[in-house]
Amino acid sequence: MIFMLKELKEKLSTESAEDYICSLFDKIKKSNLNAYNILAEEYAIKRAQEFDKYPWGGLMAGVPIAIKSSISTKNIETNCSSRILQGYIPPYDAHVIEQLKKEGAIVLGKTNMDEFAMGTSTETSYFGTTHNPWDFNSVPGGSSGGSAAAVSAEEAPCSLGSDTGGSIRCPASFCGIVGLKPTYGLVSRYGLIAYANSLEQIGPLTTSVEDTALILEVIAGHDWRDSTSLESEGGYLGDLDAGVQGLKCGIPKEYFGEGVDEKVERSVWDAISKLEDLGASWEQVSLPHTKYALASYYIIAMSEASSNLARFDGLRYGLREGIDKDWHTTFSEIRAAGFGPEVKRRVLLGTYALSAGYYGRYYLKAQKVRTLIKNDFQRVFKDIDVLVTPTMPFPAFKIGERIQDPLSLYMADVFTVPINLSGVPAISLPCGFADNLPVGLQIIGNHLQENAILRVAKAYEDATPHHTVKPEGVV
Amino acid sequence: MITREDVAHISWLASIEVAENEKDDFVEQFNSVLDYFHQLDEVDTENVEPTYRAVELVNVFREDVAGKSLPQEVSLQNAPKREDGYFRSPRIV
Repeated sequence: MIFMLKELKEKLSTESAEDYICSLFDKIKKSNLNAYNILAEEYAIKRAQEFDKYPWGGLMAGVPIAIKSSISTKNIETNCSSRILQGYIPPYDAHVIEQLKKEGAIVLGKTNMDEFAMGTSTETSYFGTTHNPWDFNSVPGGSSGGSAAAVSAEEAPCSLGSDTGGSIRCPASFCGIVGLKPTYGLVSRYGLIAYANSLEQIGPLTTSVEDTALILEVIAGHDWRDSTSLESEGGYLGDLDAGVQGLKCGIPKEYFGEGVDEKVERSVWDAISKLEDLGASWEQVSLPHTKYALASYYIIAMSEASSNLARFDGLRYGLREGIDKDWHTTFSEIRAAGFGPEVKRRVLLGTYALSAGYYGRYYLKAQKVRTLIKNDFQRVFKDIDVLVTPTMPFPAFKIGERIQDPLSLYMADVFTVPINLSGVPAISLPCGFADNLPVGLQIIGNHLQENAILRVAKAYEDATPHHTVKPEGVV
Repeated sequence: MITREDVAHISWLASIEVAENEKDDFVEQFNSVLDYFHQLDEVDTENVEPTYRAVELVNVFREDVAGKSLPQEVSLQNAPKREDGYFRSPRIV
């Protein structure tokens, strides 16, 4: 039985944190979902015993949390689900981990993901794919697939993921839970292993909107070690129950129609009607450059990846095998052995897009198109409060169905990447089912309007039963 | 159009060895992805400034004060090859 964090904290303060954490590890070990690739069992149980003896305070006192393998945890292996980082033990904590520990949370382990967060299905992990708790043969979404599957299958009460082009919201949608990508800059990226640093943010995955707000409260805020870091006004829990009376929702026409599963579309329209019943109004709006977002996103992400992943050379950490030859040959062989096919594809294509003669055609052009996409959002947010869309155009697909054709996998990100290009915040929460698989509702706000999207999400969640339905038969 | 020779050149630039038998697959995949990227050609971006950062911040300064660094042994703890307190690299010359 999973608890909302508020209930869980109460339970932990009167009962045994050790018993609860041990019951989670029992469950994780019996599970065949492959949600985790590293367990911090000894550490977590020791912390729970200390908590039981001398309980400490904090917003997450005694609460266990699962962490994506792209986020550095001191003395706990952080491998980004890549062979090249297998065995890497960070000597420091990411900013978000420092914040979680300050508020009393206990790290359970590291969750499986697409290698270096490059994927939409968790199938590119070096440690095998993660399965969807709702259907063993379907993907959990990605790239934070392990973080979403763990929470959905009650192998953790909450988790952290990272979202570069939808990597929190997609798996939240496919696994029937809540996931938030904060405004770019609201959460420090210090200690997040970089994939495309102008796009990515760390965020929570939870079973309720309130829990997401609680974790955001803990992890948001300025950190001098990330030069893009912003101040947080906080207060994410205070405004949650203010309701949606008088609120204006925009429904972008480009996010409906062709390519969107009919049942997904119906669930989202049902949700819009529900918000109307609750006192919100809605109008159709247009984000005309939406169709160019995927190309712009992939050029920028691949280009940034080619630069960020240049650091993996087997010198200071990571894989080093074979006999040393000359510098370039040694590194080229290590990187060929250490990176999987999708990482190679993206680094090679990004290298091409930045190479002499092509910079203007690809990278610069993509950054200009990004401006137009961002302007689309700025224009509609003058008149409306939030945008409401499907998170994904379809429910979870089968394992193996798309992985052979990279482009068809990229297409799945069509409604999530524009949000990262614009730097605005967005939440995904359950809004129904299509063929017994969860459907996600995406609520998008303007920069730093986390309070608005959390409030809308909470009002919708309070008025609907979808988040209370849990997957069955998963061991 | 990307060719096998282009793949070899990119592989050298990126420092990732690409085996002979992988090249044809990469050629096909790269051309299909680049084809898709070329739809950006139809967007008029004359007089549009590029966006490098979604949220603009300028001139983030801090005091130039030396802080605490990682101790040498901690910095070296993950290095697969080390010698006398240094990282051991392949030969450069």
